[in-house]
Amino acid sequence: MADLFEEYRLGPGWDEMFGELGMPRETYEALHATLQPLSSAELGVRAEVLARAFLDQGITFALKGVERPFPLDIVPRIIAAAEWRKVELGVAQRIRALEAFLADVYGAGQVLADGVVPRRIIATSAHFLRAAAGINPPNGVRIHVAGVDLIRDEQGRFRVLEDNVRIPSGVSYVMENRRAMAQVLPEVFAATKIRPVEAYPAMLLRALRAAAPVGIGNPTVVVLSPGVYNSAYFEHALIAREMGVELVEGRDLVCVGNQVAMRTTAGEQRVDVIYRRIDDDFLDPVHFRADSVIGVAGLLNAARAGRVTIANAVGNGVADDKLLYTYVPDLIRYYLDEEPLLPNVDTYRLDEPGVLDHVLPRVGELVLKPVDGAGGAGIVIGSQATEAELAAVTAKIVADPRGWIAQREVKLSMVPTLIGNRLRGRHVDLRPFAVNDGDRIWVLPGGLTRVALPEGALVVNSSQGGGSKDTWVLADADDPSPFQVPHPPAEPARPPAAGSPDPGPGAGIGESQQQQQQQQQQGGPRC
Amino acid sequence: MLSRIAESLYWIGRYVERAEDTARILDVHLQRILADPWTSEDQACRSLLAVMGMPIEDQPFTSARVVGLLGLDERSPSSVVGALAAARENARGARETVSSEMWECLNSTWHGLPNARRRVEQQGVHSFFRWVRERCAVMAGLTDATMSRDEGWLFLVLGRNVERVDMTARLLRTHERAGGSIPSWLTLLRSSGAWETFLRTYRGSLDDRHAAEFLLLDRLFPRSVFAALSTAESCLTDLEPDPGRAGVATDAQRIVGRARTNLEFRGADELIDDLSPVLASLEKTCSQVNEAVSRRYFRQTTAVNWVRGAA
Repeated sequence: MADLFEEYRLGPGWDEMFGELGMPRETYEALHATLQPLSSAELGVRAEVLARAFLDQGITFALKGVERPFPLDIVPRIIAAAEWRKVELGVAQRIRALEAFLADVYGAGQVLADGVVPRRIIATSAHFLRAAAGINPPNGVRIHVAGVDLIRDEQGRFRVLEDNVRIPSGVSYVMENRRAMAQVLPEVFAATKIRPVEAYPAMLLRALRAAAPVGIGNPTVVVLSPGVYNSAYFEHALIAREMGVELVEGRDLVCVGNQVAMRTTAGEQRVDVIYRRIDDDFLDPVHFRADSVIGVAGLLNAARAGRVTIANAVGNGVADDKLLYTYVPDLIRYYLDEEPLLPNVDTYRLDEPGVLDHVLPRVGELVLKPVDGAGGAGIVIGSQATEAELAAVTAKIVADPRGWIAQREVKLSMVPTLIGNRLRGRHVDLRPFAVNDGDRIWVLPGGLTRVALPEGALVVNSSQGGGSKDTWVLADADDPSPFQVPHPPAEPARPPAAGSPDPGPGAGIGESQQQQQQQQQQGGPRC
Repeated sequence: MLSRIAESLYWIGRYVERAEDTARILDVHLQRILADPWTSEDQACRSLLAVMGMPIEDQPFTSARVVGLLGLDERSPSSVVGALAAARENARGARETVSSEMWECLNSTWHGLPNARRRVEQQGVHSFFRWVRERCAVMAGLTDATMSRDEGWLFLVLGRNVERVDMTARLLRTHERAGGSIPSWLTLLRSSGAWETFLRTYRGSLDDRHAAEFLLLDRLFPRSVFAALSTAESCLTDLEPDPGRAGVATDAQRIVGRARTNLEFRGADELIDDLSPVLASLEKTCSQVNEAVSRRYFRQTTAVNWVRGAA
């Protein structure tokens, strides 16, 4: 029987499972012990069950209009409790700083006056929306949901790759991955204490309700989706279903006199909080793209009038401009008077004097990213690009230095991944999700681990053919159970004795009668 | 409930029923052609297509072509495969409202459709129809077992029964077109899943009067036109919270109620004599109900193009 790990090699970066070949790290011991004795055929069968379940349940994302299952690899990624604590604090810290920054740039602009962030960066950001200035969210929250992308560097330290505070997606796969994995690797689940992820919809709903306009006691929350043809439609439906709220499209909503309502079978019904999954540009044809047919006319004015809350807030994009990202450590010091807990990846600001001269000769060693790209689009990895590609990107950078950043190429960490019938190392990143209800920033334990399936690939985006892994955060003895309701200790209750189930008519007849009936069928007793 | 979702549920009800009934009707058609050597295949195919409201060209028709058109054409919402795809598409847009199990049933059925053609080739059409009936039964069972009896359920059941009235009427018309021979009643009742109930009810008196009476008027058999109209009527009543003081509140209720009394208070003999106009009027009833229901509950505006600066 061939060993699943037989052909496994350590890569140049950090290996999440092994310190050295054949020696799993402590966090991975239980998993390794389960996988080790499995044959590749056995693992293959389980992987097939996993894939089939995803297809039947329609856990898909659409790529160019074609629905595909989002490939889930059978080997999970594991993070130790203490390590996770650092991530949690670091992510929350970042969001607190970005919240303060957004309130500032759409308000007084003190950070610009103090020269911490140059004014030109804001003025030239495609995602700074003047239309959003002066809209004050009811509980001060603009980032209701954030997805902060992390990677592990060569020393195994988590670093921030980018912030997503507009419409971060992927949380549905976190929940579905867990459900599916519990079915195919039950033995590891039994042997490991993994922090559950199901609390997300409840936490999100709580944050959305807390963001309701002033004076609304029992707010109506809806999820606004572009519709079934959107690549993340599966996620929109899942989130709405799990929160128990309506999933609406633009055409279901109407805005009259600054009040938003949805069209129901019983007439129009008031809507107070909109968790929108539509880009700013398409949200309100009155203010943004007039040709948008998926938005709601008048939405922005209603938000300005304080009659509806839009989550995440309009204009957040200025905070995840990739050039602004380079300033986030400064923002943390400026607003919070704290040192950043999670470092950035070393990044060059190409619009600063002299930097371009330093960077251009080295494009072949760097990673070049457009500042407003999403889904991995436009990224050029110097070491993997052809001469022509490098020349093309150099030309683009020279023409528009503000539009690009250059980053050191980090050798992303690797996790064993089932490729064909063997486990091989593949690069991963991690997107933890955070929810801000105004009082507290809650970080979902784990998040979405994306894995680049082609060998050596560094771009893990699902739109680039990536897959995902279930991400386990090990529970600490100190972690409170999210499901525990505190109550006074009591005598262990004894469950009431249950009667046996009612017998059907068949059971009423005697055994001999039954025997005879059987004998009758056989044409009488054979003696 | 959102109008758009209500509409989707109504159409899930209609499409699943349509897939099942079309499979049943096609099955009858093929069995009849096999069982009755005096039938002209071309004639029978044309008449079936006419009954199903399909355009008819001038080429000679074979049963294989009819199966292609009414069974396997994925682009036509009138075919079995097309109706199942349309039901799934509607469920996709209403995923947070239908139960996960219902969605999974429709979705995995849809994933099974590409195999349908292969199944037809390898195991014969009958086996395909049987699979369709089973999938529809699973869907009906899950609807029954996992969906709250709320507004959404009412719309789904309403859709199912409006479609059932329409399709049972069409089924009866295939018989009428075939000249009302006795073997055709038999296949017809069998394909409705009604044969055994019919035997128990009428003890083998298989004639026009009894068969038509059973499929049109039987109060207890759920696929009869009368039973489907009554169910649709009670869904419509439950959808209106305030009954008002006189008469019924909505157009849809009036139309269904009129159709039901029209059947109920005409004797079976009279119905048989007038079978053709009765069936035609049932078909009209269905499209009128559909229109009235859409008008009342599904009003939606289509997307509006806003132009900046327009007053």
